[in-house]
Amino acid sequence: MDLLQQRKKKKLSYNISIYLMIVIAYAVVMLLSSQGKISSLFQGLLVPFCTYSILAVSLNLVVGISGELSLGHAGFMCVGAFTSAIFTRYMKFLGVEGLYLFVIAIIIGAFSAGVFGLLIGIPVLRLKGDYLAIVTLAFGEIIKNIANAIYLGFDENGVHLSLKNTMDLGLSDKGFIVVKGAQGITGTPHYSSFTAGVILLLITITIILNLIESRTGRNIKALRDNRIAAESVGISAMKYKLIAFSIASAMAGVAGVLYAHNLTTLTALPKNFGYNMSITILVFVVLGGMGKIRGSIIAAVVLTLLPEMLRGLQDYRMLIYSIVLIVVMIFTSAPSIKQYVEVFKNKFPKLTRNPVLMKKTKKEGK
Amino acid sequence: MKENIMLSVKNLSITFGGLHAVENFNLDIKENELYGLIGPNGAGKTTIFNLLTGVYKPTTGSITLNGVNKIDGKNTIEINKMGIARTFQNIRLFDKLTVHDNVKIALQNKYRYSTVSGIFRLGRYHRYEALMDEEALALLKVFNLENEATMKSSNLPYGKQRKLEIARAIATNPKVLLLDEPAAGMNENETKELMNTIKLVRDKFNMTILLIEHDMKLVKGICEELTVLNFGKILAQGETSEVLKNKEVIKAYLGE
Repeated sequence: MDLLQQRKKKKLSYNISIYLMIVIAYAVVMLLSSQGKISSLFQGLLVPFCTYSILAVSLNLVVGISGELSLGHAGFMCVGAFTSAIFTRYMKFLGVEGLYLFVIAIIIGAFSAGVFGLLIGIPVLRLKGDYLAIVTLAFGEIIKNIANAIYLGFDENGVHLSLKNTMDLGLSDKGFIVVKGAQGITGTPHYSSFTAGVILLLITITIILNLIESRTGRNIKALRDNRIAAESVGISAMKYKLIAFSIASAMAGVAGVLYAHNLTTLTALPKNFGYNMSITILVFVVLGGMGKIRGSIIAAVVLTLLPEMLRGLQDYRMLIYSIVLIVVMIFTSAPSIKQYVEVFKNKFPKLTRNPVLMKKTKKEGK
Repeated sequence: MKENIMLSVKNLSITFGGLHAVENFNLDIKENELYGLIGPNGAGKTTIFNLLTGVYKPTTGSITLNGVNKIDGKNTIEINKMGIARTFQNIRLFDKLTVHDNVKIALQNKYRYSTVSGIFRLGRYHRYEALMDEEALALLKVFNLENEATMKSSNLPYGKQRKLEIARAIATNPKVLLLDEPAAGMNENETKELMNTIKLVRDKFNMTILLIEHDMKLVKGICEELTVLNFGKILAQGETSEVLKNKEVIKAYLGE
């Protein structure tokens, strides 16, 4: 039991370190901004930090914990963004505004993205590896393109939906068009704030950390490590892969809600909901480390900040960004460098606090 | 006193394309028996395990567990719930997870709680997690693995990985345990230890065990009855000492 307690303590301190990191970062930013010491550029990045962190953490559930390569994560973000923005924009038209609507919008966004994740997951998760990656990529693009083509309006007769143009909606005079095809939704209320983002991020992290250490999370990890063995101890592969996929989708939906209510105009572009975005999120996950929640957050924040910091270099900006990516990847994955880290850990066991290693060195000491 | 037949296989056959991998296989294992399945490479032993655990569906034949439960046509998960657990020829552990978690995962059917109560730490979560921790650790103690409980399972030495696989299979609380070459790659001492472990498992957990093995010392040492398989067909069947005297068996194993 001793060993188990030790391990639990180690895990707990890791989890606490994540919360502390976020809370301290939040406190520092709030303090600085109250003194007016934060540039408007950085101010504008605060909500995206949270959005991308939520996306990275949730994709980590699929890629790192569940072990399935998904390239359509931005698609679920798109679902969450549009469904919630339709709701708040229409409420605004009706003259209802207030932060409680944002809470409802988050629930709507999470729910609809989760349902989409479930519906897409059922056929898609039968595939594995590269095939799954390609199909999720395709579904992500389909969602984005549909969002780009939708015309949606409300009048006293109810909801009007068209994929052609605004005239095709056949709205009455009192009607109101919410989504105008490629022009998207304009005039979404600005509910997102750094505080809201941090709260949502903390909730997301809590859910994922708790999930990982529960029966469901262990079953998901078992399926990742060895599907045949997992089935032989009675774990249904489809069920647990679906759970991971739809929870991650719902969280991407929440990120979408945060994103949509940070802008006045919501349009589905390749830049924000296309596969470019999906791959950017994947980069956060891979760079931060598979299955590592803290790493995902740090990677998301650093890689969002980096291109903005490099603005002064103009044309060389993306070049340097790419070089940084490559260097970090090599440093985190090259076996020879990992060896150096191991040597370092062996030299300073107390520093790294690995219970197994500590035990070994103690024994050798005797 | 009539002995209870725990696992009964009748006329089991499977063909892959034109190949008869297993043909007319019959088997009756009594409750609490240690039964051996031997045969040269490619004889179809692992295929039989895969049929028994629902990985493959038999072309013909029936499998009955404990006299009443028909298990042919069921899938792996249902069969595990009905009471058959197995290990694998090439070890299949949950590599990245700890030794303790490997066993805990196998307890998931016994201590069920929903995803929601897992996420929000409600209801049965705390109680069941504590019970699982305790039970998994107790099981590891039986296999002398308790000091490695927090180690990553892939870092265990080979012999202990085999033991962990058996511990994990037992954690699902099966009636019948299928062991696929448990002594493969073990040295003599490890094999001896394994023989004791298998006997201990049978007695302690009151289990019926069917094992595939190439190590004749182990087979002679612990199996009460034996079936010899060659090219998917039964070559000999019966009490271990009798079967091993069989000329056909000697021919198939040792050559003329």
